[in-house]
Amino acid sequence: MSKNIKFVQGNEACAEAALYAGLDFYAGYPITPSSEITETLAYRLPQIGGKFIQMEDEIASLCAIIGASLTGCKVMTATSGPGFSLMQEALGYAIMAEIPCVIVNVQRGGPSTGLPTHGSQGDVNQARWGTHGDHAIIALTASNHQDVFAITVEAFNLAEIYRTPVILLLDEVVAHMRERFVVPQTGEIELVERLKTTVKQDVDYHPYLPREDGRLPMSDFGGVHRFNVTGLFHDMWGFPSSDPAVVHDLLRHLVDKLENRTHQLARYKEYYIDDAEQLLVSYGSAARSAHHTVEDRRSRGERLGLLELQTLWPFPKEIVREKCSHVKSVVVVEQNMGQIMQAVKLAVDEPDKVFLANRIDGSFIAPSDIMNILRVIQGKGV
Amino acid sequence: MAIKDYLRERFFPHLWCPGCGHGTVLNGLLGAIEKLGLSKNEIVMVSGIGCSSRITGYVDFHTLHTIHGRALAFATGVKMARPELNLIVPMGDGDALAIGGNHFIHAARRNIDITAIVMNNRIYGMTGGQYSPLSGENVSATTAPYLTIDPGFDVVELAKAAGATFVARTTTYHIQQMKDIIRQAILHEGFSVVEILSQCPTYFGRKNKAGDAVDMIQHFKKNTTSIGSKAKQENPDLLERGIFVQKERPEYCSEYDKVVQKAMKGR
Repeated sequence: MSKNIKFVQGNEACAEAALYAGLDFYAGYPITPSSEITETLAYRLPQIGGKFIQMEDEIASLCAIIGASLTGCKVMTATSGPGFSLMQEALGYAIMAEIPCVIVNVQRGGPSTGLPTHGSQGDVNQARWGTHGDHAIIALTASNHQDVFAITVEAFNLAEIYRTPVILLLDEVVAHMRERFVVPQTGEIELVERLKTTVKQDVDYHPYLPREDGRLPMSDFGGVHRFNVTGLFHDMWGFPSSDPAVVHDLLRHLVDKLENRTHQLARYKEYYIDDAEQLLVSYGSAARSAHHTVEDRRSRGERLGLLELQTLWPFPKEIVREKCSHVKSVVVVEQNMGQIMQAVKLAVDEPDKVFLANRIDGSFIAPSDIMNILRVIQGKGV
Repeated sequence: MAIKDYLRERFFPHLWCPGCGHGTVLNGLLGAIEKLGLSKNEIVMVSGIGCSSRITGYVDFHTLHTIHGRALAFATGVKMARPELNLIVPMGDGDALAIGGNHFIHAARRNIDITAIVMNNRIYGMTGGQYSPLSGENVSATTAPYLTIDPGFDVVELAKAAGATFVARTTTYHIQQMKDIIRQAILHEGFSVVEILSQCPTYFGRKNKAGDAVDMIQHFKKNTTSIGSKAKQENPDLLERGIFVQKERPEYCSEYDKVVQKAMKGR
């Protein structure tokens, strides 16, 4: 069978992957630089009997997909910085009510309207802490279209396994760049389907009573079990409760189900780490320049390695600590003011050996930007 | 099925104050559903935040208690995904028309088959008596110690202008009319808006010296009249009750089915 090769934008690769993962329902609102995802799915979804709706704003889009998810659909929305800000309250709802959904944020320069057509990675901490209250979240990213495809499918899988919103943090560079990738054959990437309850009709179903393995089997709205879903703290029936024991246990459950599985949730790629003296840590489009720099310096005999993170949250602390343990210095390459650098500093044994190579002016970070920092660290001057 | 069979008695007592009109709305709503003979599994009730929105907890349907103002957006997702389900969205006046105003007009514009019930007590009760976009002028509220200067929306006119294809108004005094209107609203294919004037003796009543719950219900009786009645001609200040709009227009989910057919042909 011939390969299905495409040469498209990253946004289109993301949309293709969502369809591969079994997307049934999409709601979105136009915003640069994510609109191609919405446009692609407006065209493709009805062809397979799926549902697409352009809502009146971004928070309505997230609300609509949460509603659709409760009927058993695999759902997604996509937006960019300002729209992601507008979604935050509904994001907290999806966390609290444990609704599987995928939210793509194609990052652009911020704050506010910022730089609509320029790249940035400034929403990393917003993905983690944007919605109010203690919580945990899964946020994934990728640096090239093949990986965008795989990580998008992964986002759908993790949303189902953990009954949680999953944030896909793309950025303008990957989203708008055209690049070759191969659409995997059916079955090539494993798909996780929704875990449905086996409780029979007329038998009490507890929507928020976890199984022994911590998972919560679902029952579709419109099916034989009727239950309540709320953003308030709630008991196993889904009914509001402010009983301190109920509140404590639910909050611990929401946080622990992800934070205690940081290792299983970690997705990353590594290049030349074993014998590296210096290590770059990067992700998303910035990792392309980091990778280029590593290949270039290796060809000149320099022992430089790269850890490319694909799971940003929960932060793979132990893996980062271990990979950084034997190197003299670590340079975090990112297009913000050090959001992941702070997490790396917290993870490693010697935070003083962690440096930042960044750009915050809307320009794509170049290998020369990284080299400038490396030269300073190596004592070779500016 | 008796009305009590639609209730989740496990979750009683409810949190509404003595004299609150929302329990009467719950009764009217369940009365309408009972008359229609709908099965509990085919009803999804979606609400936002506020006193009114707690209604979802007490009914034995598929219930979704969401965030402030966004109930119609959640309901739109449920309805699009499963058009065969009956969507009922009870909202308070602030929930529906302040924070939720945008979703309200767009749901009406789409004519998606959802029954929106605005439980209008002209005040934010749960947060302690602040004025709402339906309070109107010269109302006393905890955020209007010198009385309101904001004109109120007319829910009926707003819903009509936005494109709702079923628009009605009733009150907690007129329980039989309420049941009948809600029944017709649920049957109607398209976006239905039912405004129900409901009393909040705790905040609106106290702040505005409107008396107790009985006085407030009496006020609904005295100050409203049937659409186009002789009384209205004689006293134009009376507020009209009844069905203002009941018309056919393509329903959103049915129209989307046509989009799917078109897209599938084009493959």
